[in-house]
Amino acid sequence: MSGPRAQGRLVIALSIIVALMLTVVPLPGWAQPLRPEWSALVIIYWCMALPHRVGVGIAWVVGLLLDVLTGTLLGQHALGLALIAYLTVLLHQRIRVFPVRQQALTVLVLLLLYQLVILWAMGVTGRAPRDWTYWGASLTGTLLWPWVFITLRHLRRRHRVA
Amino acid sequence: MAVDHRQQRLEQVRSALSVLVYPIQYAVNLPVDLARWTSETLRSRAQLEQENTTLRAQMQALLAQHQRLAALEAENIRLRELLDSTFRLGDQYLVAELLAVDLDPYRHQVLIDKGALAGVYLGQSVVDAMGVSGQIVHAGPLSATVMLITDPAHAIPVQVNRNGLRAIAMGTGSIDQLNIPFLPNNADIRADDLLVSSGLGGRFPRGYPVARVSEVQVVPGEPFATVIAKPVADLDRSREVLLIWRAEEARDAPAAGNAAAGPGANQPAAEATVQ
Repeated sequence: MSGPRAQGRLVIALSIIVALMLTVVPLPGWAQPLRPEWSALVIIYWCMALPHRVGVGIAWVVGLLLDVLTGTLLGQHALGLALIAYLTVLLHQRIRVFPVRQQALTVLVLLLLYQLVILWAMGVTGRAPRDWTYWGASLTGTLLWPWVFITLRHLRRRHRVA
Repeated sequence: MAVDHRQQRLEQVRSALSVLVYPIQYAVNLPVDLARWTSETLRSRAQLEQENTTLRAQMQALLAQHQRLAALEAENIRLRELLDSTFRLGDQYLVAELLAVDLDPYRHQVLIDKGALAGVYLGQSVVDAMGVSGQIVHAGPLSATVMLITDPAHAIPVQVNRNGLRAIAMGTGSIDQLNIPFLPNNADIRADDLLVSSGLGGRFPRGYPVARVSEVQVVPGEPFATVIAKPVADLDRSREVLLIWRAEEARDAPAAGNAAAGPGANQPAAEATVQ
């Protein structure tokens, strides 16, 4: 493997690690359900920008790490992330040319789908949350999408990850 | 997923992966740790002196109580021997610190900084200074996850301290409430009764305070009373918890698998308080 490729891998890995860290940073109680799904956002970005490098497999591994990190059922985040990674890779050519605002709407749909899969997994094991605030995470994620997108695009261009 | 839910097979995979994510959790915890360290280092002499005095006074009081307790304990054992029943005393403890890391907001779990390498094992009971706080549900080599007694999937066998009435305290999902179901309307339980762990089921040691009954509602026509209790442990405030090795486990350690290396072998002298 050549130098730039290795560097690109490093950038992708670092962004994912930062996303995982943001997922467990302590927040006050009221804000916890509103915590955006950082790893989902990052995975969506990389699947959209570089579908030949980041795909369902990486999403699944990240999901497993997320499960261990947050102490949930092993595989529940993995399933959700793999699903949205698949959809993003499928639609990446369309999402790429959308303006950022329209992208955010697509991301909203993807995040809701992701949360739905996780809700289903929690429901099957008998611990579904009953609050409507559960869906708030998708909204905050959507609102944050433009910033995530711009930051990661900047990173990608700066380090010439391709 | 189904495999993880139904069986314990994947516990090893999880514990291996937990080593991988430990640096992330450690890094997140670091600023909190640093802040605490700074505030402790920079504290004024007057404050320290004051704290020292209060602690000294507290220790005196506790020591005085302890004297009586030793006598009572001996008497209790003697009486129980007369009755031919066994009641083991003398558990061993290890102090573990919570990591400042948020886990799934829909489960009541916390992460502690001791793992299987320190002898922590699956199902071990965890208490804090006030009472029972939970049990270990995942034990990685370096860290472990504690399920609090208020998790909706948790239940702990208890008995009323006043009269020995046995019941089960189930978590409700809110941090200051336990639900005690299946008590008949005429059960002898009132508000302000202390519930202690009964030791049935063999998971929790008996005799640790669990919760205080806050509300008993008898609805005529319903088969069971509605009983709500408030955990006595500082579930959402304590920074440190105690891991318990029960007396019998500590004694015949090799039989207890993971716990084997536990209390006796590698308790760091400074941290461990034995008995």
